[in-house]
Amino acid sequence: MTDAPLLSIKGVSKRFGAVTALDDVSLEVARGEFFALLGPSGCGKTTLMRLVAGFEAPDAGRIEIAGEDMSGAPPHRRPVNLMFQSYALFPHLSVFENIAFGLRRQGKDKPAILARVAELLEIVKLTGVEKRRPDQLSGGQKQRVALARALAPGPRLLLLDEPLGALDRQLREETQFQLKEIQRKLQTSFVVVTHDQDEALAMADRIAVMRAGRIEQIGAPAEIYERPATRFVASFIGQMNFLPGRIEDGLFVGAFGRLPAPPTNLPDGAKAALAVRPERVAPTTDDGLDGIVEDVAFRGEIIHIRVRLASGEILRVSRGADQGARASIGDRMRLAIAADAAQLFTDER
Amino acid sequence: MTDSPPREPRRLTRGEWLVIAAPAAWIALFFLAPFALIVKISLSRPAQARPPYEPVFDLASGVAGLLEKISQLGFDAYRGLAEDTLYLDSYLSSLTTAGIATLVALVAAYPFALAIARAPQKWRPILIGFAVAPFWTSFLIRVYAWIALLKDEGIINHALMSLGVIDAPLPMFATRGAVIVGIVYSYLPFMLLPLYAAIEGQDPSLREAAADLGASPRQVFLRVTLPLSKRGIVAGVLLVFIPAVGEFVIPDLLGGSDTLMIGRSLWNDFFANRDWPAASAAAVALLALLLVPILLYERAQTREGRR
Repeated sequence: MTDAPLLSIKGVSKRFGAVTALDDVSLEVARGEFFALLGPSGCGKTTLMRLVAGFEAPDAGRIEIAGEDMSGAPPHRRPVNLMFQSYALFPHLSVFENIAFGLRRQGKDKPAILARVAELLEIVKLTGVEKRRPDQLSGGQKQRVALARALAPGPRLLLLDEPLGALDRQLREETQFQLKEIQRKLQTSFVVVTHDQDEALAMADRIAVMRAGRIEQIGAPAEIYERPATRFVASFIGQMNFLPGRIEDGLFVGAFGRLPAPPTNLPDGAKAALAVRPERVAPTTDDGLDGIVEDVAFRGEIIHIRVRLASGEILRVSRGADQGARASIGDRMRLAIAADAAQLFTDER
Repeated sequence: MTDSPPREPRRLTRGEWLVIAAPAAWIALFFLAPFALIVKISLSRPAQARPPYEPVFDLASGVAGLLEKISQLGFDAYRGLAEDTLYLDSYLSSLTTAGIATLVALVAAYPFALAIARAPQKWRPILIGFAVAPFWTSFLIRVYAWIALLKDEGIINHALMSLGVIDAPLPMFATRGAVIVGIVYSYLPFMLLPLYAAIEGQDPSLREAAADLGASPRQVFLRVTLPLSKRGIVAGVLLVFIPAVGEFVIPDLLGGSDTLMIGRSLWNDFFANRDWPAASAAAVALLALLLVPILLYERAQTREGRR
């Protein structure tokens, strides 16, 4: 038993004609880890997943699963299963036979198959539908059957392509927790492909944020949220204010005025954007940026406030509903952004 | 799975009536009316007359005359059909020949359909075009071409003999094999097109899912592709089998004198023996025989549809 990562992707590139889908991508997924590939559509996350499953071959680089090089291994010889975004349930087979499909290919005997299918239906909390055909199931039931089917052969690594994408909002949240619970219970590594940052933040132990065939950042959800490595990650994950300006003598100067500059290794005079989360913008009575409340949106435990600064820029501010007096439209507001609450990005990085 | 609320019966508009009436009239005029005539002739007796059967209905004899003539109708022709071993043999031989030809066509067309359905999208219409292209020439010419290929001094025997593979010509022409080859060749597109449609319409992710779950390419084919093309197979088999059973031209041109097919027996009775009632009875019996697989197919379709 080694401590080698379960999945290791090393310098993988893939092109489709003139389109570069993946450009020198490397990442590792540990045993029992819940990993998310997050990015907008077309960022290459699905291609990467298909490479791991064996449906496509990389043009460069290699993919190892449990230390074994997967180059040239066809999909049916990989210890990996995939839950398809469309679920891809076999329409001509019953729910039972769908789930048993992988078990039959493993040559399991009848009692073993019966027991395993029952166990999986228990795990995904779906019983009494064994004899139905996929087209007699609701969307949520199909999703569970797809999950059970992919888990049935006992893969070391389960790939999930937008597993919650086809579910409605309420079901989605419920299913998020169930997925996490199942993953923890089975100790199988999960790699979820998603474009939904909430999903990734809520479920994953670690997230790889992808953009245009490259990985922008890999880290724990809190790390990615609090210390985004690039401007893209900063804007893609959560809400973020960007104020353009430049660095001058330890201050960040722009149309809005002056703010203490966050720690940076950018030279004096460099142009940059100051990024700050809405919840890190704090009302103050001391020095700050003056503005007028333009809009207030009450979202239960949180209140979103849009403040127009004197310079015309908009700052989004969010406050807990229990934090002091409520602002109303037209109110004057003075806002402070502490140096350690913000981050600087140049246009490229 | 929600039941739609019971809909109130609605009066059809005149346009809707027309749309329904046009094909109904077509079927009544060009299928039901001639079929009624055939049934009537099959119930008559052969006669040395013109037309060569009796009774002949004529309106001049009035209602009483008509009733009397109807009472003259009988099932003699069908009795003859059941007793005549020639007809029984013809039916059996037709069913066997058509069955073998259908099977061969299925086995031959499936790989083609699969290959075309898996070809790059832009190539598929062209490949289908190639498969259907022979149909632009006359059916008769294509069957005659097979004579040139198959006969003793034909192209195939000539080539094999000059290559020294065989010493004497292989007897290919005027055999049941030749008839089967002719049927397979002529009806292949009717098998190919439904198969292609059934395979091409399959979601490719189903095959990927099967492979992902450990199915080898062979198993993917047997467990997913083949069962999912069942409708295409059923449609293709019916489209080939049904016309092949009644096929007349191909057995007449490519078959030998001993190749009995119901189409030829019919032709013989109509034109050589001028026994119209017997031929009509044979035609009605053939229709009844073919109705069984059609009805089975219809039932399978409705069951599929209800699921």
